[in-house]
Amino acid sequence: MIVAGIDIGGKNVHVVILKDGARAAQGAAATGVQKAEASERLYDETLRKAGLKRGEVGRVVATGSAGKRVAFADACIADAAADARGVNRLFPSARTVIDVGAEEGRAIKISSEGKVLDFAINEKCAAGTGTFVEAMAIALEISVEEMATISLKSNKSIPMNAQCAVFGESEVVSLIHQNIEKQDIAKAVHDAIAGRIASVARIVGLEKDIVIIGGMAKNDGFIDSLRKEMAMDIIVPNDPDFVGALGAAEAAAKGVLEEKIAAKVVGQEIVEGEKTS
Amino acid sequence: MAEETKKEYWRWPEGTWVSPSIDWKKGTIITTGVDVGSVSSQAVVLVDGELYAFSNTRTGSDSPDSARKALSIAVGETGLTVDNIDYCIGTGYGRVNVPMAQRTITEIACHARGANFMYGPEVRTVMDMGGQDCKAINCDDKGKVLNFMMNDKCAAGTGRGMEVFADLIRVPVWEIGPRSFQVKKEPPMISSTCVVFAKSEVVGLLEKGVPENDIMAAYCAAMAHRIMELLNRLGVHEKFVITGGIAKNEGVVKRLEKELGVKTAEKVWHNPAYKAYPFDTQIAGALGAALFAVAMVSKGKVKSARKK
Amino acid sequence: MKAFYGYKDGSGDWFIIIDSDRCDGCGRCVEACPADALEISEDAVDPLSEKSVARVKEGERKKIRYTCAPCQHGYGDAATPCAAACQPGAISHTESWRQSYTKK
Repeated sequence: MIVAGIDIGGKNVHVVILKDGARAAQGAAATGVQKAEASERLYDETLRKAGLKRGEVGRVVATGSAGKRVAFADACIADAAADARGVNRLFPSARTVIDVGAEEGRAIKISSEGKVLDFAINEKCAAGTGTFVEAMAIALEISVEEMATISLKSNKSIPMNAQCAVFGESEVVSLIHQNIEKQDIAKAVHDAIAGRIASVARIVGLEKDIVIIGGMAKNDGFIDSLRKEMAMDIIVPNDPDFVGALGAAEAAAKGVLEEKIAAKVVGQEIVEGEKTS
Repeated sequence: MAEETKKEYWRWPEGTWVSPSIDWKKGTIITTGVDVGSVSSQAVVLVDGELYAFSNTRTGSDSPDSARKALSIAVGETGLTVDNIDYCIGTGYGRVNVPMAQRTITEIACHARGANFMYGPEVRTVMDMGGQDCKAINCDDKGKVLNFMMNDKCAAGTGRGMEVFADLIRVPVWEIGPRSFQVKKEPPMISSTCVVFAKSEVVGLLEKGVPENDIMAAYCAAMAHRIMELLNRLGVHEKFVITGGIAKNEGVVKRLEKELGVKTAEKVWHNPAYKAYPFDTQIAGALGAALFAVAMVSKGKVKSARKK
Repeated sequence: MKAFYGYKDGSGDWFIIIDSDRCDGCGRCVEACPADALEISEDAVDPLSEKSVARVKEGERKKIRYTCAPCQHGYGDAATPCAAACQPGAISHTESWRQSYTKK
């Protein structure tokens, strides 16, 4: 059976196509302003890569902040549910998932079956997301990739006062004026966001194995800061930004069209996913 | 070498004033308050508790210099110097860097005191938005703080939030307010609550060809909503007044009044003798600091620092 | 005088509330806080008062959301260690910030 998972995030869209459970093809693209159009284009492009046509796909499940916008999906499930399934497939021993994307950060406690037991989200604030690092990279006049590399060379700990991407930018500019080395500033940025992410993760409890996914997981400097902040090991999968889409594809394969996720704090079930047709 | 002046869209014009009727040499207690903010600095001089002089200037890259400049501009040609001052209190974001201050007091206490002096004893709620923060303060009839909330974690709902927007659309902040009302219909507010995400949203609207005035209206509405949420969380009681730069932005003020269902007090001096004096909402902090100074000196709680 | 230390913005809200009228400066909350975020000092907001009261440290204020996060796992009504330790009932807090996103 051929199924597809599509994760439409704040900045990028990812597609994973599974054929009889194995990865047939995957693709990623920027969503731009027209998210639905970008998603359609990427879906078709990825199908072409796998040598398939739309009609051959049995079921499509979407996820992500703009997941509900794709008309061609059969269902949309919550990000946390998709993340849990994706991580569980790759690492059945995983019990804590940290997902940091461009616009949201979340920590999820998962069961051995890949079900969401509890979650905590950092939303509507760039400071706990990839956007924070990008904004600081612009202030440093280097790419995020460069920032990731050079921060590993620093052994200084400069705390950042700002808890906001806008105020943080001024703080970085002021550090530059104080002639602090770029590598030390880069590390300070990673340490700052790692502190915030770790706090959110502690809400659900840091239980091994801890897996990190999402675009930020590709930033080695951030991962290093996070490992030190949590004083625990973190597993970083290959292609960490595809795990959400992989989980959505898993849900499609299992015929799941609706997924309720629960947060312990109110003991109520939050239905984020719903059938689109 | 020609100096390059970068166009600044977010700073309110500077100003200064000296009382035409007071002679400081005849005064007994001369006190000053200096408020060094992230964007602007003010200095207020009181002679025996009466308003004598004030200034509203831009904060430079050096806080101590900004403090000195604010005071020297306030006193202008009066001949008054630091040595003639009995007590000086620093306040604001850069208060630890006011070199001539004998002590510092947080701007929360100072804004409440200053608002009480400017608007009168009926003031119960003060909202102050500075360059990098937003404060909601409830006070009693003497200007004493009863409770307060300050947001300085997030740029949305602070002067910086408006600055980023003004820079993005390249319109000076004193034009944004009036232009935000030149729209056919009040548009929905910007939906992103984070300034960084709001920037992308504004760019998207500009690309779609939404008229600039409409975008200004949408942004002012969003900012008013942020402030309303903070104020309602604390509780708003009349007389409600706004201090700081944002009070000059009618685009935000009018929409805030509508969201709260409460009107802000008229911008006139409570003391009828001050009727003709300029009413600058940005001096409230420095004014409150100068008032604390005169209270402390006259009650003998502190020693005068006057040298001449 | 009630000081609200925390934030209310687009991402939610969370405040540690300290009532300086009730606080006697005993310091039990300072001991109880696992993140060492509190201290006893002069009342910054009432400069004419001589009383020493509890407050959130200046360096902790802006990130109090993240500092308090670990004390907020899995419940709605249980008090944080600082509030639980306070005998005059001077220190309290708002509803857990996780609840702000579960209530749509």
